[in-house]
Amino acid sequence: MGYTENELAKDLENQEYKFGFVTNIESDKAPKGLNEGIIRFISEKKNEPEWLLEFRLKAFETWKEMTEPEWAHVHYEKPDFQDITYYSAPKQTKKYESWDDVDPELKETMKKLGISMEEQQRLTGVAVDFVMDSVSVATSFKAKLKELGIVFCSFSDAVQEYPDLVKKYMGSVVPMTDNFYAALNSAVFTDGSFCYIPKGVRCPMELSTYFRINEGGTGQFERTLVVADEGSYVSYLEGCTAPQRDENQLHAAVVELIALDHAEIKYSTVQNWYPGDKDGKGGVFNFVTKRGVCEKQAKISWTQVETGSAVTWKYPSCILKGDYSIGEFYSVAVTNNYQQADTGTKMVHLGKNTKSTIISKGISAGKSQNSYRGLVQIHKNASNARNFSQCDSLLMTDECGAHTFPYIECKNSSAKIEHEATTSKIGEDQIFYCLQRGISEEKAISLIVNGYCKEVLNQLPMEFAVEAQKLLAISLEGSVG
Amino acid sequence: MIKIENLHASIEGKEILKGLNLTVNAGEVHAIMGPNGAGKSTLASVLAGREEYEITAGSVDFDGNDLLEMSTEDRAREGLFLAFQYPVEIPGVSNVNFLKTAVNEIREYKGLEPISAKDFMQKVREKSALVELDSKLASRAVNEGFSGGEKKRNEIFQMAMLEPKLAILDETDSGLDIDALRIVANGVNKLKSPENACIVITHYQRLLDYIIPDFVHVLYNGRIVKSGPKELALELEEKGYDWIKEEVDSVNA
Ligand SMILES: Nc1ncnc2c1ncn2[C@@H]1O[C@H](COP(=O)(O)OP(=O)(O)O)[C@@H](O)[C@H]1O
Ligand SMILES: [Mg+2]
Repeated sequence: MGYTENELAKDLENQEYKFGFVTNIESDKAPKGLNEGIIRFISEKKNEPEWLLEFRLKAFETWKEMTEPEWAHVHYEKPDFQDITYYSAPKQTKKYESWDDVDPELKETMKKLGISMEEQQRLTGVAVDFVMDSVSVATSFKAKLKELGIVFCSFSDAVQEYPDLVKKYMGSVVPMTDNFYAALNSAVFTDGSFCYIPKGVRCPMELSTYFRINEGGTGQFERTLVVADEGSYVSYLEGCTAPQRDENQLHAAVVELIALDHAEIKYSTVQNWYPGDKDGKGGVFNFVTKRGVCEKQAKISWTQVETGSAVTWKYPSCILKGDYSIGEFYSVAVTNNYQQADTGTKMVHLGKNTKSTIISKGISAGKSQNSYRGLVQIHKNASNARNFSQCDSLLMTDECGAHTFPYIECKNSSAKIEHEATTSKIGEDQIFYCLQRGISEEKAISLIVNGYCKEVLNQLPMEFAVEAQKLLAISLEGSVG
Repeated sequence: MIKIENLHASIEGKEILKGLNLTVNAGEVHAIMGPNGAGKSTLASVLAGREEYEITAGSVDFDGNDLLEMSTEDRAREGLFLAFQYPVEIPGVSNVNFLKTAVNEIREYKGLEPISAKDFMQKVREKSALVELDSKLASRAVNEGFSGGEKKRNEIFQMAMLEPKLAILDETDSGLDIDALRIVANGVNKLKSPENACIVITHYQRLLDYIIPDFVHVLYNGRIVKSGPKELALELEEKGYDWIKEEVDSVNA
């Protein structure tokens, strides 16, 4: 056996989205459309304090004046913001006290996703905050975290229980005026996660949230806020899958990370939303604003493995404000069929002796377009700033595209910036070599691709890395070229 | 073991193998020699199942199976191994991971359970000692940054791990110094058994001082034009290939 471009094209068409199923839980949702009334409805539903409602309304006013950005290397039909349901909560609003109380259907969903919480709890000690259609339905390991003074809860709970922390930090890294989608999120966000690590505390387990978009046509507007107080450490995992849908689903999340002096935050994402079918129909629009700020000697690492979504627009960034702070970005972005990804990072060096590292691995298959867009900005006072960027692209076919847009703005002559970029096509010689050793084509590709992404996968916590490898294999099934 | 009859193969419309015949029985070592461009690597590639080559005529029987009908990976799983003339690098994939995948795919094909981690590592230690391969190389990425000699030794290590029925060594000796040559040959000799066979493709007779062939064949212009006992290799070494070319060309004229 072997492959030709034609066979390849056929193989790719036969791919189906493995996680395409819908959980049938009745939901309590707002009417479609966006106006001040809807925002008041959400805020009231969530029993929010006045300041938060004002925050939302101000964001909404700002958003109305803004236009959707056009500069990303992606093409899509703009979502109709009046045709989206902005609030949808599972009807069963009671929080689960124990795992036994959890809706069996929900458990089934998780099982299909291969992330059985029981197993996760037993094997890995991961505390999972499972967000399903905007409302957190299960939170575990809370007690243990509480002992250490660690707060890990849904954003809504945080608003009720830790309003001062939320008020102080929310919008401090991503202002509501930041961009079109961040403004939209600020106006209509429904839930998300909140995490606070007290001074000097090292969080003993990976904090993990599985996001899942479930209700057809429900836009998902998550907000995540992670605050690592002085000298603390936390590793946070975010993973997502979405069921198969015909209409495009919009996802516009905001993630804010705050690493105070000497603190470290590791934020890892595996993103696996429905990418659309072989003809480019359906799929999730993923427009995310992720940003972290590092105070003195603090460190933030973003690691992401992106295989899903029809259109991805995402630039996890670091503001290196404090002297000697460190920002890292490790990314694998896979696109297949008609997927489009425009992703990268921004490293903003404000403090002295700040250091950033960017490792980006793009993999394009089918007819997809994969772009890396990175900005390294060295400000006037950032003496001795260092950056190292490496952007590699791997092409699986002759019909896909890889694009690299590295931007550098340097206002301090003591800065040292290194940039390396490569583009290669997956080697027929490599595949033949594997086949000759008895390894099937699928496995061969999976091996080669995982090897290519190794530097990034190595950054992920062990269990997550295994899942990420599986995802890479699934999303590239049959995509030889 | 393998019976090749009237094999014709071409690439990009150019015929390279022009009616090749060769039979190798279990327990035998055959050396194939011949000038550059004669088609030696082509023969190896065609047997291994490289897609670029078009088979225009002929048949190959491999242990009762029609080899040409089999997929590349099934040929390997049935016990055909090619030590590449130019082994490729697979960055980021450790040798052990690569081999474990291969071993388990072959086992699955044969209906066996995956090998246990313990047994596998035991085997790695044993076989890497056999070819005096630095154990560090076993955990490094496949051939990445290996010297020419290390790559060749790694091929023999892989062969030892996979225990093929028929091994084809394509110029495994080229680029090796005398010590490495001895090690590689030693490895091959230790793996020799009445159940398996080996085709050694080489340019020089010096490898055949270490691996004693039962038969020596001369491949020229896409055909086996002369076969003989191991002494033929010495004769070739002494006289070069010109006399053979002349012999063949005069017959054809
Ligand atoms: N990909 C290819 N395209 C065209 N001709 C090729 C290709 N590969 C090999 N050849 C030709 O096939 C002939 C035999 O090559 P090869 O089998 O490598 O010889 P050997 O291994 O005996 O030196 C040579 O003339 C070579 O140029
Ligand atoms: Mg050759």
